[in-house]
Amino acid sequence: MSTLIQRIGLAVFLAGFALFVGTLTLSQYRLTDSILTQNVKKEHVVAIRSATASMQGKLYPASFGFVRDFRAAVNGLNDGYKQRKEWDKVIYDNYAFSVTKAASTGFFPANSQLFFWLSLLLCMGGLLLYMLPNRRQFPGASTVLTDQPQIQNNGIFRNPATNGGWIGILVGSFLIGFYIILYFYPEYLTNWVLLFDPLSRALNGGPASQWFVYGSLYTLVILVMGVRMLIKYRHNRYQQLRTVSVMFFQTAFAFLLPELMSLFNQPAQDLKNIWPLDYSFYFDYRIDQKIQAGTFGVFLLVWGTALWLIGVPVLTYFFGKRWYCSWVCGCGGLAETLGDPYRQLSDKRLGAWKIERVLVHSVLVFAVVMTALVLYTYGTGQSTVLGFLDSYSVRSTYGFAIGSVFAGVVGTGFYPLMGNRVWCRFGCPLAAYLGLVQRFKSRFRITTNGGQCISCGNCSTYCEMGIDVRWYAQRGQDIVRSSCVGCGICSAVCPRGVLNLENTSEPSRVTSPNPILLGNDGIRLRGL
Amino acid sequence: MAQAGNNNIVIIGNGIAGITTARHVRQQSETVRITVISAESEHFYSRTALMYIYMGHMKYEHTKPYEDWFWKKNRIDLIRATVERVNTDVKRLWLTDGTMLAYDVLVIATGSKSALFGWPGQELTGVQGLYGLPDLAMMEEQTKGIDRAVVVGGGLIGVELAEMLHSRHIDVTMLVRDTHYWRSTLPVAEGDLIGRHIRRHGVDLRLETELKEILADDTGRVRAVVTTAGEEIACQFVGLGVGVTPNVEFLKTSEIALGKGVSVNEYFETNVPDVYAIGDCNEFSQPLFGTDGAPRKAIEQIWYTGRMHGETLAQTLCGNRTAYQPGVFFNSAKFFDIEYQTYGTVNAQLADDEQTFYWEHPNGEQCLRINYKADGESVAGIHAFGLRLRHAVCERWIRERRPLNYVLSQLGQADFNPEFSERYAGVVSDQVKSQKSWLQRLFS
Repeated sequence: MSTLIQRIGLAVFLAGFALFVGTLTLSQYRLTDSILTQNVKKEHVVAIRSATASMQGKLYPASFGFVRDFRAAVNGLNDGYKQRKEWDKVIYDNYAFSVTKAASTGFFPANSQLFFWLSLLLCMGGLLLYMLPNRRQFPGASTVLTDQPQIQNNGIFRNPATNGGWIGILVGSFLIGFYIILYFYPEYLTNWVLLFDPLSRALNGGPASQWFVYGSLYTLVILVMGVRMLIKYRHNRYQQLRTVSVMFFQTAFAFLLPELMSLFNQPAQDLKNIWPLDYSFYFDYRIDQKIQAGTFGVFLLVWGTALWLIGVPVLTYFFGKRWYCSWVCGCGGLAETLGDPYRQLSDKRLGAWKIERVLVHSVLVFAVVMTALVLYTYGTGQSTVLGFLDSYSVRSTYGFAIGSVFAGVVGTGFYPLMGNRVWCRFGCPLAAYLGLVQRFKSRFRITTNGGQCISCGNCSTYCEMGIDVRWYAQRGQDIVRSSCVGCGICSAVCPRGVLNLENTSEPSRVTSPNPILLGNDGIRLRGL
Repeated sequence: MAQAGNNNIVIIGNGIAGITTARHVRQQSETVRITVISAESEHFYSRTALMYIYMGHMKYEHTKPYEDWFWKKNRIDLIRATVERVNTDVKRLWLTDGTMLAYDVLVIATGSKSALFGWPGQELTGVQGLYGLPDLAMMEEQTKGIDRAVVVGGGLIGVELAEMLHSRHIDVTMLVRDTHYWRSTLPVAEGDLIGRHIRRHGVDLRLETELKEILADDTGRVRAVVTTAGEEIACQFVGLGVGVTPNVEFLKTSEIALGKGVSVNEYFETNVPDVYAIGDCNEFSQPLFGTDGAPRKAIEQIWYTGRMHGETLAQTLCGNRTAYQPGVFFNSAKFFDIEYQTYGTVNAQLADDEQTFYWEHPNGEQCLRINYKADGESVAGIHAFGLRLRHAVCERWIRERRPLNYVLSQLGQADFNPEFSERYAGVVSDQVKSQKSWLQRLFS
């Protein structure tokens, strides 16, 4: 049951959100000669100008018609080249995005900042209102905070937004659609890019790309939903600290610092993004860019290598993989903030764990092999390895299948249906690597408190990684699992104080079940 | 290896006691046939999580500790049926549908049912206890769209019922007979602490108030309750949380000796050979003591007790006749937001030879009590509200009869609170003179 303030907040948010999505339809489009000369390479201008002659000066009311005609023109041009076997003339550059953006005209482009601030303020203000703790008048008592500073999971499985119901399906569909358009059809998002142009110019001196829009939205979502986490877990300092941590690393390291680096004409890099999650770290163009940038570039190369070579094993030995996955990582940051309302939807079945182990380690192997091939090509100039593997096609396959589809479309799009760690659990190669260290050489474990478990299942239900925590807790065994990201929610939701995240001496991890739990003194099992 | 002649074990009841027996027997014996009969549910689920289903924290399937394939894989046959009667002479039992089952060994683990005290109107629609899945389904049905409820009882089920109803924004009045909450178990300070907490949530807690009768409307549904003081409180639902009693009615026609529960010795043996009773439904005919010398109840209706009974009986059934020997007592609960853990003996009333150490946080929501023998200061019991203690450490101190000052100086070892938890510097240390606060030691 929501309060009046919550309903107002929700209405304000929905209005802002509708406005934001609606801006995508607000432009008209007109192709002019100057747009072509500014956005198309010199060698292509003449051909494209003649192919798009029928579009010139025509006012399109929506992006669909404009993009369709423009694409048809370029495709027709290419078909002709191919028929005449003029391979060197074929246009591989995708001009649809930049031309559509530049062709945008009318009231919206002229007033984009009005829409920017209005939709931003309505969305954020509405959400914040919605998140404020509720108060309610009870008979015979003064006004009472109904959201006490405690676990607030009431009604989660009765709410179609959080139980995989129709609102979840709707949100999931939106997210999946968003990622598909973002990765594969960005020309339809040009109005959003216009919204963010001034912000981009202020930060890095250049116009926005769809990736700048995505990075900005990503950061905003982590900040606003981070505030939600801070309110929800205001009784739990572990949750508060790690939430502030992911908010900080996203804002400073993932968003602001790279923009500043490019403002100062340095290679832009997210200093906390670690290979192999940052799968293009050793791609030729990124290595070259760093080497050309001199000392700072070399520092970036050394830093990025030291992170996975030294940082990961050392920090994971002392703290478990949580130091990265739920304190630093951007994917983890989104999962722990935007994704928190969906954590209970992860699949806890043994079968899901089996699939997870095969998938996530396969992706790790894929990432390592792909990187090795890329470096081989970089060192030798040979793109073909073993006579049949082409390092360029391997890396573009990885980029498409893992980088875009798995990490983006599936990884985030399925939050409201499969829980908030789909990517981290099934796909992230860095998580697999961190997990191997955590499983075999780490002081981290979730300690089970003697015989106090009542098998209620709250821990398993709210484990975003789909670990059946209860399976261990009810056997008196510590939870030592490669996938555990140490979010600490199992400990928070446990009603009997059974679970605690600890880093103490490695041999003290209880990794086999206690056949007879504490409190039963009659039984002395042989061999125990 | 199962004992000769124990080749067909039938367990009535698929709660924690019965299922623990089945699992532990299977771990030790590949060959014995194990059948578990339950009227309540197809599969084992955690009864302690019933409230979370109602509150929307979980769905029923989340409360099942083992996936459904587990039973077949471990060859534990599950039968969904009600046992009508047992004939121990021929070692057979009959289900209500007429089916007959033979057994070599019978384990009775039928648990409890809600206690009723014969109040006028207790049979009305909208009046019920809370013990199992049928109760939960009924409660779901009877509380749809209502806005006023009364909960009777100042124990664990009472506060659960209040929290459940409260989570659905139903106004709750709680009638508690005693002068403070859970007086049978808690000292005054802790009872008051929980009472304050319950009220802070907006629950109308009425102490020293008893139920006299329940009034019906024209349709036979509850419309109000009347207290012994004569006050009428309007409500659309009455939750009865006044305790549970062994569920052994169906054995009355059998040869099995019953007291309040099934009478057993420390081997869980009934008066009939090859018939055992464990968990909530049994009653020890001889006084029972923990390893620390503390007396245990003849009927102990606790999750952990059911589990320990099951672990122990499985030994006997597999040829290693083992007496039940509980160790240092422990238990836990949660009252709205306040967790409670107890170790050893902390009685509501201090025994003559005992003294007590009590610390309460100024927020009035967290406390720690340590009871110790006046003579020699050995610690007999520790309990905490709103703080988490390490089971193994508390158990060891009590078993080793450590003196109070040792326990206080070592409290950090028992700290099981999450990392970065608030430190209460100066608060505990005021009482524990020169000692550093145990929460202060967390990161030292």
